[in-house]
Amino acid sequence: MCTYITHKVDVEGSAKGGSGWFQTNEASVYLDHPVHAPYAHSLNIDFLNQTMGPSFRVAVELNPKDAVRLAHAILETVEEFNDLVEQ
Amino acid sequence: MVKYDKVMAETVFFPGANGDVIEGYFARPLGPGPYGSVVVIHHMPGYDQGTKEIARKFAANGYLALLLNLYYREAPDAEPDDASAAARAQGGVPDERLVGDVDGASKFLKLQANSNSKVGVIGYCSGGRQSFLAACSLKLDAAVDCYGAFVVADPPEGAPLKVKSLMGMASNLSAPLLGLFGKEDSYPSPDEVKVLDDELTKLGKDHEFHIYEGAGHAFFATDRPSYRVDAATDGWQKIWAFYGKHLS
Repeated sequence: MCTYITHKVDVEGSAKGGSGWFQTNEASVYLDHPVHAPYAHSLNIDFLNQTMGPSFRVAVELNPKDAVRLAHAILETVEEFNDLVEQ
Repeated sequence: MVKYDKVMAETVFFPGANGDVIEGYFARPLGPGPYGSVVVIHHMPGYDQGTKEIARKFAANGYLALLLNLYYREAPDAEPDDASAAARAQGGVPDERLVGDVDGASKFLKLQANSNSKVGVIGYCSGGRQSFLAACSLKLDAAVDCYGAFVVADPPEGAPLKVKSLMGMASNLSAPLLGLFGKEDSYPSPDEVKVLDDELTKLGKDHEFHIYEGAGHAFFATDRPSYRVDAATDGWQKIWAFYGKHLS
């Protein structure tokens, strides 16, 4: 299935793509067919900068179970440094 | 005597909606014809190698085929997956623009010297819905919807697509419709397919639907795990019979 469900998050940060580092200002998170990963469905994350153009994109396609583990790891890491995150 | 079977496939540019010049991949037999034509609408992942292969398959089977790059405006020089991501982030292709692009492609095909002036449309995934949309908006000769979602129901809450159900347009369907679906698909679900089937029957619209056991979404996509050889092989046979009847 194509779920079409996409969560968009405004972000501030940098990503490294095929042309090197660039500023990313948006992330898209969605569950859909991957382009490259060997699964029927994957949890996809795109770090984008639409102002700079479509090629300014860092994409990952993850096994959904691994994506959940990654999300927990991010939250646990952030929790350990809550003081820094709140700045 | 060996039948003349030379084909050519190449990138072309032609006027789409609002007169915008857009990119397409034009595959056609080089014989005198006259041949029927097919506008090919790519799936959500974009104007990729798999869909170009489909256009070449139509050419090899005696049709002029023009695959539209629906994301050309957003991403003219990008890789298909980057272009698809950009289009997704912007809410997909507006319906009005899609109709104008298919109209431009249809006119391009009819102008070819070896065209018989009959034009069909086919679309996969999001393109399946767009194929139905085009056939409800333009005068076409045949339409094929391969597992297009959101014809019957609106996209789920939270989906970024700026599109709505097309049920209100079903009475305008201008061409016979062939629908090919997977029983294990959720978008569209077999229940949604039945709703469309019943509505078209009620409206007296010529249509033929097939729902394949053991197949989900994207069963025609040979480069994906969703590929189902039995469904795809039978689906192609249904397409050849359908276009053979309506585009010759």
